[in-house]
Amino acid sequence: MKTTQYLFAGFGGQGILFSGKFLAYQGLNEGKNVSWLPSYGPEMRGGTASCSVIISDIPVGSPIVSKPDVLIAMNLPSLDKYEDSVVPGGTIYVDSTLISRKVKREDVTVYYIPATQMASDNKTPTLANMIMMGKVLGVEGTFDEEEKVVAALKKVISAKRADMLEVNLNAMRLGKDYQG
Amino acid sequence: MIVFDKPHALSDAPLHYCPGCTHGIVHRLVAEVMDELGIEGRAIGIAPVGCSVMAYDYFNCDMIEAAHGRAPAVATGVKRSDPNNIVFTYQGDGDLASIGMAETVHSAARNENITVIFINNAIYGMTGGQMAPTSLPGQVTQTSPYGRDVSLCGYPIKVCEMLSQLDGPEYLERVAVNNVKNVKNAKKAIKKAFENQVNGKGFSLVEVISSCPTNWGMTPAKALAWIDEKMIPYYPLGVYKDRSANQ
Amino acid sequence: MSEKVLMKGNEAIAEAAILAGYRHYFGYPITPQTEIAAYMAKRMPKIGGTFLQAESEVAAINMVYGVSATGKRVMTSSSSPGISLKGEGLSYLAGADLPALVVNVQRGGPGLGGIQPSQSDYFQATKGGAHGDFHMLVLAPASVQEMAELTVKGFALADKYRMTSMILADGTMGQMMEPVSLDFETEQAPEKPWAVTGTKLQRKHNIVNSLFLKPEELERTNFERYERYKYIEENEVMYEEYMMEDAEICIAAFGIAARVSKNAINEARAKGIKVGMIRPITLWPFPTKQFAKAAETVKQFISVELSMGQMIEDVRLAVNGKAPVTLCNRAGGMIPSPEQVLAAIEDAAKKGGN
Repeated sequence: MKTTQYLFAGFGGQGILFSGKFLAYQGLNEGKNVSWLPSYGPEMRGGTASCSVIISDIPVGSPIVSKPDVLIAMNLPSLDKYEDSVVPGGTIYVDSTLISRKVKREDVTVYYIPATQMASDNKTPTLANMIMMGKVLGVEGTFDEEEKVVAALKKVISAKRADMLEVNLNAMRLGKDYQG
Repeated sequence: MIVFDKPHALSDAPLHYCPGCTHGIVHRLVAEVMDELGIEGRAIGIAPVGCSVMAYDYFNCDMIEAAHGRAPAVATGVKRSDPNNIVFTYQGDGDLASIGMAETVHSAARNENITVIFINNAIYGMTGGQMAPTSLPGQVTQTSPYGRDVSLCGYPIKVCEMLSQLDGPEYLERVAVNNVKNVKNAKKAIKKAFENQVNGKGFSLVEVISSCPTNWGMTPAKALAWIDEKMIPYYPLGVYKDRSANQ
Repeated sequence: MSEKVLMKGNEAIAEAAILAGYRHYFGYPITPQTEIAAYMAKRMPKIGGTFLQAESEVAAINMVYGVSATGKRVMTSSSSPGISLKGEGLSYLAGADLPALVVNVQRGGPGLGGIQPSQSDYFQATKGGAHGDFHMLVLAPASVQEMAELTVKGFALADKYRMTSMILADGTMGQMMEPVSLDFETEQAPEKPWAVTGTKLQRKHNIVNSLFLKPEELERTNFERYERYKYIEENEVMYEEYMMEDAEICIAAFGIAARVSKNAINEARAKGIKVGMIRPITLWPFPTKQFAKAAETVKQFISVELSMGQMIEDVRLAVNGKAPVTLCNRAGGMIPSPEQVLAAIEDAAKKGGN
């Protein structure tokens, strides 16, 4: 019986809620119990945004992630705010383009990905979130069957924007293959 | 031979209105129009809170009693539920121009296809003669015992003039029922307001300058004269908007 | 069963309402429930329905009153301050015995308060909500699936008993996404001979009204309404029991508070504490009998709430002094953590719950 609690955090507009939703669908397609809970209110419009995702073998109790197993931090205020809440032995993914400092905790695994820079170099500046996501799936070993990733992407990208599917997938591959 | 008879759309319930009150005349005009247009069977009336609160007993069509001022919102629901319904509200000055002003303005702005009969007698009748939003400057009422002081409680609201500034409404006319000629004109206006709805034209409001002898403290005859002397000079009769006529 | 999709609670309510045959929505924007209006604005024109953004909450509830009077299924939704404005209409709907569905996605108060989740409208919802003697059926979902199912159920109950059903949710329930299946039975609306549909000159006129100037008559309508309420209290109570078989400590919680409490209960059970939960799904009628029965064996009750303690009064009435009832709460938009609830359970256990 496994339950993984994810916390995505960054600026509004970085696609925090989108990548969280993708991950929730990935879990749903695997037959897991999932929940997705956004922060809401004025912070949706340009301030900090966060999103709790839980993927579990058992029914999800509280959908609020206060002690994440996995933190995906996409700006400095988010790392400052949530670093201490990660469970010992947990994992932190850091967008090292926007966060210049190192993680202080020594009891967690940390991955630094210059996702914003990579996204910019790749001419997809809005997809730093999916580069981070690709790294998360790569580390967790859930990128092995790419058709499952495509299936989840199809759930979050509307049919009208099907051209975006390949673009997102490419961004995720970049993240998965990044060795920092 | 002309036989004086009660319109079919008017019920047999005895009216509770005071002697000399003109609500009875306006009720009859509305009922006559329903008969003439053959719409009673699909008409739904909305009664207000105020003296005409029990209008739901006086018309033979289906009726709803609304909360104070909310008749246009209720009418909006009824009309949107089935556009084939012929929906009218019957409201006094406190109901329409004070507590229900937002509902009045917005249903007009939406050009909601309903008919509004607005009784303006410049006083709150049911609660015993308090100042209305349409009470005249200097008018003595229970809550303006020294006369309406515009420096303290503002000026009367001229509903037709105000609504005529909106792009929404189809038809706005002010009439009176204090003499035979005016009653005939009032009937014409009310009929047009219902015909507009039947023809899908939109929001039609008829403001009827009415008397309240009891709360004005006058005999019925003096009250009718007061309409000519005081009310009509402040609230001029006439058509304030008629979009179809202007096209 | 149809494929499960991820939906926000607010969207699940909107889609379920459409499935339940409802084609009229009136509302006014307010966080955190605006997704319902947005969903309706998109869907209604495509299915021949009405979406209308009213000029105020007051107007919206009176538009609901108008549609309901014509016999059709109708709803509105809002959040706490907006529900206060709708209070007038809720009382008139009750007085005229009109069915309606009203959704309250609660936020913290009083006043303008905040926009984060709260359960502090419990009193308002369950004790009437406005002037006069009346009740609403109050349904408290604890998952997105229940947001949808209780919406459909709410329409059926409203029509059956000619009263307002209120979905009492909170910002978390409205905003969160969970897998939801919309593959469920929906009942057709019953015949409504009282509705104002036009006499067609075939029948005496129908009058929808809440005015009764003769006190004897008004008293009779109140007595009749409370006979109906009594029947509802006997027949429509809904609740969930969780690990109550051997429980010596009983949590009372609904909505998001029940979700948080489940985590705490699981942890306490792992420590050997015999704790369970009664989760009211109907807040009115309240599962009074279930709490009274539990009080025969349970040694302590804990009411977990996102308020200063409102439901706790109903729990105390039901328990009737047989066991202590304590409060574990956060307020103003804050949510109790599983750790806080666990601490309350452990505290109760120390005091002799076990």
